[in-house]
Amino acid sequence: MGKDTVSVVRQACKKFDHEGSRILDILREVQKRLACVSGETMDLLAAELSTHRIEIEGLVSFYSFFSENRKGKIIIRLCDDIIDRFAGIERVAKVFSEELGIGIGETSSDWNFSLEFTPCIGMSDQAPAALINETVVTKLTPESAGVIARSLKKNLDTSALVKKKGDGNNADRLVNAMVENNIRKKGEVLLGDNVRAEAGLRKALKKKPEEVIQEVLDSGLRGRGGAGFSTGLKWSLARKAKDARRFVICNADEGEPGTFKDRVLLTERADLIFEGMTIAAYAIGGTSGIVYLRAEYEYLLPYLERVLARRRKAGLLGKNIGGEKGFAFDIRIQLGGGAYICGEESALISSCEGLRGEPKTRPPFPVERGFLGHPTIVNNVETFCCAARILDGGPRWFAAMGTAKSSGTKLLSVSGDCAKPGIYEVPFGIRVADVLDMAGADDPTIVQVGGASGEMLNRGSFYRKICFEDLSTGGSFMTFNSSRNMLKIVDYFLEFFIHESCGYCTPCRVGNVFLRERIQKIMEGYAVKADLDYLKDLSRTIMMTSRCGLGNTSPRPVLSSIDQFPVVYASLLGEGGEGLEAGFSIQKALEESRRIAKRSSMIYDPVYGGSSD
Amino acid sequence: MTRFMEEAAIESMAEKVGDIMRNAFVFNIDGVGVKGKDGQTIMDAADQAGIYIPRLCDVEGLEPQGSCRVCTVKVNGRPAAACTQPAAEGIEVENETLEIFNWRRDLIRMLFHEGNHLCPICEASGRCELQAMAYRLGIFQPAKYPYLQPVRPIDASHPDIMLDTNRCIRCGRCIRASKDIDGKNVFGYVGRGMHKRVGVNGKNLAQTNVHLDDRAIALETCPVGCIIRKGLGFFTPIGQREFDRAPIGSTIEKAVLKRGKK
Repeated sequence: MGKDTVSVVRQACKKFDHEGSRILDILREVQKRLACVSGETMDLLAAELSTHRIEIEGLVSFYSFFSENRKGKIIIRLCDDIIDRFAGIERVAKVFSEELGIGIGETSSDWNFSLEFTPCIGMSDQAPAALINETVVTKLTPESAGVIARSLKKNLDTSALVKKKGDGNNADRLVNAMVENNIRKKGEVLLGDNVRAEAGLRKALKKKPEEVIQEVLDSGLRGRGGAGFSTGLKWSLARKAKDARRFVICNADEGEPGTFKDRVLLTERADLIFEGMTIAAYAIGGTSGIVYLRAEYEYLLPYLERVLARRRKAGLLGKNIGGEKGFAFDIRIQLGGGAYICGEESALISSCEGLRGEPKTRPPFPVERGFLGHPTIVNNVETFCCAARILDGGPRWFAAMGTAKSSGTKLLSVSGDCAKPGIYEVPFGIRVADVLDMAGADDPTIVQVGGASGEMLNRGSFYRKICFEDLSTGGSFMTFNSSRNMLKIVDYFLEFFIHESCGYCTPCRVGNVFLRERIQKIMEGYAVKADLDYLKDLSRTIMMTSRCGLGNTSPRPVLSSIDQFPVVYASLLGEGGEGLEAGFSIQKALEESRRIAKRSSMIYDPVYGGSSD
Repeated sequence: MTRFMEEAAIESMAEKVGDIMRNAFVFNIDGVGVKGKDGQTIMDAADQAGIYIPRLCDVEGLEPQGSCRVCTVKVNGRPAAACTQPAAEGIEVENETLEIFNWRRDLIRMLFHEGNHLCPICEASGRCELQAMAYRLGIFQPAKYPYLQPVRPIDASHPDIMLDTNRCIRCGRCIRASKDIDGKNVFGYVGRGMHKRVGVNGKNLAQTNVHLDDRAIALETCPVGCIIRKGLGFFTPIGQREFDRAPIGSTIEKAVLKRGKK
């Protein structure tokens, strides 16, 4: 074991005061400097942090951004969500692969490069995109991929890849990204020019905490992550819980495929987010705050840290905030490790505590016993922004927008086959058709609202409305034209869930694999009608018996596609005569034998004994 | 002991008894009234009443974790894991309905098809809870799901104990037993999703401080044939094995029958 490893581990542990709950940060530091967290490093870390090696291994093997095997100095993570796939990420991947001489999942022999696929990185409006270490590269083409690969081979500096900076704060020295905001429609609540700095906080501090909660209740604000729980109710439950310490956590783990609105809020409305968190802290009696930032958005970290530092200096964080005696609150940013499940609030809390990102058993709910056992509220980035605006504009102003049960505006992240992908701030209740018009959708045939766990719609359903009463969404809105294969979309979503399931409970861990197997059977054309019943039955078991929201919703793309596109399914189903059905594909089963034998099958292949190469 | 302290002790005891009385309540399982008290789960109360709710990851003496989901019941119409869901006054619990029965069969099948469970050659056959549960739920033949046929390495490094995680159902009983009872952390979960598995605290089992006397290694801890004691195979003749005599869950059901007769 090198001296280097020992000193890296010691320094990393020291940097975070050997704090067990900061182990994710420690691992990130070690991973960055050593390009892996090897078994020996795990032993060292366990000794240094007085824990067990198995705990460290549990973390390293859970989070995608850590690895036991050594990676390259530069890790190229190509976003392969469905939007990027349709936008040509495969061709981009081929260029990277050829230029660097490594396949997907491989590391170059000089330890300079690793090439990987990664789920949605929050750039669907500028797909295909990739992360090169922390640097985001967007709108990739085979040509630009070639330029990037050659530039990296000459010089391992990723900052040189940003030739033209994006708009707004993307051009800030500390962000320095080629990312574009793509704000297409500004609304009155979040993206308009009428957002007045700290107005909500100032007004809140003049009120009693109970009054602040009442205003949020009166506004009808519901969680913007997609589940739609009443924000005011969550806050009042946390306030009622008996404890000296309470926590305010902002969920910035935006991972739902096709969602990128939090990216824009974090870039352009950072102060508003922190303001909303501070108001929440005042309301519930919160003592500390955490922003859980997804690992993919690490490029925003230095900028966000600077905003926090400025707020501390201005007396907006720290002790006696805004001159309010006795009101102390501060915020730290916790970087994630690459796990979609951490967007689930109790899994997010586990992750903040330095544990595997697995949902916790409920009850108790986080508002009673959350982070480190203390009452905790977890709200979405957009929710905190809304709360700050409600305190400024008043609950009536907010409730006047939207529908009866979904007040206010909603940020939609529109992507896919349309002329103007980007962010649209629209009042709740807007019809799908109107969103498609605004975005200049090209021949919209399949629309997916709410991301992978959302609903798939056919043309006959475009009259439906986006609101909690009808189509609830965290903001993902993907449109596909008639050239797209509907089943490829369903298959991708299942692949995504299989990859992102934490594996804690049986139905989600295993059931999604079985769903995908049967969807592929349909795609391959040897399924029969009974397979649809099988899918529906299995879906129901998964949804009813899973432990958290992931498994409770993961079969939805299967069910909604069967409901909305029955003809597509029917066209792919065989007769299934005589009550017989194909249990497996003989061709598929033969593939391995062909590979091993290096020849084709004497019985099943058309050319007898010919080479399969 | 001073008189004052005695009085205080008596007072506090009286308070405790009062608490117990106050916090006792009744709720229904499949329409039958069951007694419960604060702090009990639905599973605890059901066990006490002699009503068996099928389960695999939950076992007496360990903290429940609600991962296998076999104990899924409906509480006031909503699904919940009986092993972690608190019992509460007046709730209506559904346990033995056709719908729930089918979910449980699906879950048991998922566990069978996810791993490699070859009962005829498995040393745990006859005392295996997965096998016994399949019989109890009426699963007699493979059906429906594809076999995933994983190839997971066998850890035979330790002189006394062997691990064949191809038979593991991720119930985590060994993990909790090692952590909470043995105070050793020999086992732990690693990986995610389909790749989630039970790992050991070291390169392999031989490098850990595991011992045959650990609760984690005890026969009743591993519900399947994943943790194997070397040199101790097929020790009970067929016909006399635990579940040859009575179906799984019957001890819970019988315990109350006996009590009832007294």
